[in-house]
Amino acid sequence: MSEENRDTAMQGAPEPLPHAGGDIDDPKFADKSYSQGQLVRRRFFRHKGAIAGLAVLVFITLLAFTSIGIGPIPGWWDQDFTKTGTVVNGGKPTMGFFHFGEHPFGQDTTGRDYFALVMRGTQISLVIAFVVGILSTIIGTIIGAVAGYFRGWAESLLMRITDLFIIIPLLVFAAVLGSIASGAGIWALAVVLAAVTWTGLARLVRGEVLSLREREFVAAAQAIGTGNWRIIFRHILPNTIGVIIVATTFAIASAILLETSLSFLGFGVQPPDISLGSLISDYQTAFTSRPWLFWFPGVFILAIALSVNFIGDGLRDAFDPRQGKDG
Amino acid sequence: MTRYILRRLAISFGVLFVGSFLLYIMVINSGDPLEDLRQSTANNRDVLIDGRIETMGLDLPWYERYWGWLTGVAGCFYGACDLGTDRSGTDVLSMLQQSASATLRLVTIATFAAIIIGIIVGILTAIRQYSGFDYVVTFLTFLFFSLPVFWAAVLLKEYGAIRYNDWIADPQISVIQAVIAGVVLGFILQGIMGGHIKRRLFTGGATAVFVIVALLYFTYVGWWRSPALGPVIVILVSAAFAVGLTALITGLGNKRVLYSTLTTVGVGAILYFALQPILAEPNWWLLLGLLVSAVVVGLIVGYFWGGYSRGQAMAMSAVTAVFMAAMTFTDHLVYAWGGFLELKPRPISTIGASTPNFQGDFWETTLDWGTQLLLPSILLTLISVATYSRYTRSSMLETMNQDYVRTARSKGLSERTVITKHAFRNALIPITTIIALDFAALIGGAVITETVFGWKGMGAMFKEGLEHVDPNPVMAFFLVTGTAAVIMNLVADLAYASLDPRIRR
Repeated sequence: MSEENRDTAMQGAPEPLPHAGGDIDDPKFADKSYSQGQLVRRRFFRHKGAIAGLAVLVFITLLAFTSIGIGPIPGWWDQDFTKTGTVVNGGKPTMGFFHFGEHPFGQDTTGRDYFALVMRGTQISLVIAFVVGILSTIIGTIIGAVAGYFRGWAESLLMRITDLFIIIPLLVFAAVLGSIASGAGIWALAVVLAAVTWTGLARLVRGEVLSLREREFVAAAQAIGTGNWRIIFRHILPNTIGVIIVATTFAIASAILLETSLSFLGFGVQPPDISLGSLISDYQTAFTSRPWLFWFPGVFILAIALSVNFIGDGLRDAFDPRQGKDG
Repeated sequence: MTRYILRRLAISFGVLFVGSFLLYIMVINSGDPLEDLRQSTANNRDVLIDGRIETMGLDLPWYERYWGWLTGVAGCFYGACDLGTDRSGTDVLSMLQQSASATLRLVTIATFAAIIIGIIVGILTAIRQYSGFDYVVTFLTFLFFSLPVFWAAVLLKEYGAIRYNDWIADPQISVIQAVIAGVVLGFILQGIMGGHIKRRLFTGGATAVFVIVALLYFTYVGWWRSPALGPVIVILVSAAFAVGLTALITGLGNKRVLYSTLTTVGVGAILYFALQPILAEPNWWLLLGLLVSAVVVGLIVGYFWGGYSRGQAMAMSAVTAVFMAAMTFTDHLVYAWGGFLELKPRPISTIGASTPNFQGDFWETTLDWGTQLLLPSILLTLISVATYSRYTRSSMLETMNQDYVRTARSKGLSERTVITKHAFRNALIPITTIIALDFAALIGGAVITETVFGWKGMGAMFKEGLEHVDPNPVMAFFLVTGTAAVIMNLVADLAYASLDPRIRR
């Protein structure tokens, strides 16, 4: 999939031809050569959307984890998300342009500090999203690589499992498994969600491996007697790393939406744990009387998913070998 | 080909069978079906528990329960369908018949709207790559991708429906609002049309002036509360569609096709007046019959005008006829809006699939349905549009870089021919697969939408069944979505084969 090269367009330079040559033609790079990793990094850091997304994501993550602390480690925010209190001023947010106030995001109906609650929800949603993204990438990569390299039963099993996921909607699968695992805490939920979301990546990796295994370097490795697993992990998979990283990013973005949707339906994170989805579910009826209870968690989901998607877009542009000219 | 279809079907039903087995086992192990009774304080608690064990067959081992369900479903093949009962003893089949129509209506409308809008937007952004329009649409698609559905739904209720309902009670548009709307629309349209600065200014300015004048005029004559299109607008718009379609697909140089589509509009105009009395109180079968006859009329007109391009003329005329029929339908609907407002002062509903105890003629009942469907369809459509437009765009960009497109350009074909005939047709191939695969996912997504909008659809049935650890409703949901997915996949394969001769066998 040929993605656009925004920078070229913004500078008004002529569009690069799709398969046109590398950086050597460009006088800018005439006296310096770059490694593949450097090229990718340079392209990524020129993608404005991706950088903005990265900044927002880092900011949200830091905010969520430093403010209320992790486990026993206290954070800089002095309110506890479990502690109820007296509702001040109808629980309205006290946040202004230059000050935070007592309850920046307001209070819920029982007087709990909503900033702390949202931060806790963000922590849990982020943890689940990243665990699901990374775990499903690992499962998907291994199964995809095995199916593509060995063919045979592994491949037909993979294809049938993929068919299964086409027939049972992902949300349904996740809801049923989630309702089984949700009693066991957020880690069990994350593992279960990873167990149903790996198929997309597995198909992608399989496709890549199917074409790579016919290449000369694989034949060369086989000729000198390299083992199958070494070929897969040392020779083939490093060549698909771009595809995998990009897919992981998008998997994280969809995992956060999947988890919040499940929690909203009541099949995901269960009390006493809080996720951004369950916060919205709890307070959706409060929209007319206490709109802030509804706004903040939603905005956080949107911000996280949007920034991760933009990072993914930037990575895809950066890894695409057809990206030319201005590196 | 038949053998291929049969093999595909056999494999799909095998997968469906395995899926049903897995799902059944997972559902019955997902919790305690007696939980609410165990905690109840009723005097007859033990009787209730025994009763439920009896209805749900909880004393049987899991394989007997599954076998019981499976034999019931197998009955569907010889006309004795039995999908079991839910935990309170209600027959699931009759539950399904009520709920499936609501959900499928929603999903079908959303899918069609999303396909049309998504493909058009995708092509436009691909043609205008790197333009301001492209950047804005790209950002919006990312936004819709990242939008939590349940959250957006509440926003849409609040800011879409409730505000509109408040406004329609006394519709007023001030000059400032009209100017803002006009300028915004003009700005968007000039972005889509592109071209030189002069052309852009002209397009944008003309659109803005038109919109401002129209909005103020509509408000002045009270159009919002008693709207109408009337024969002039119906015929003019249809004629414009006929010319536009011909220009886009065959080019205006092909006079035979142009005359054919315009004749179809002429015939449609006569029918518009002739059918007025029948259309005052029609029913769905009559409308379906009229739609079919519209297609037939189009085909006949195309056949006689067609000459050397008979196939194209027939197809175009049929499409024009369908468009004109849709316009006539819309005309009647719009006309009924005034009466509908009297019956239902707050027209856009936020809860439920139909207004309880609603009494009205055919058009008003249809409007009631439509206003119930409006918000959930908008939501589902927006999300699918994001996917489809993105795929169409990248697929178009991919084909536009192919050698055959360069060849087509270099032999002097017009840009229209290059895009519609050479690039778009090839770009369609990957899109069909995505759309078919997406259909099942969309039904899954409808679970959330239905929950938010309080529909008693299949999603609600699934959700309640799962909460109650009650397998039969969940399995009924699965049967419908699974079968739909199998069929859609088959359709995608066939479409694929017909679009791409390389994989025909």
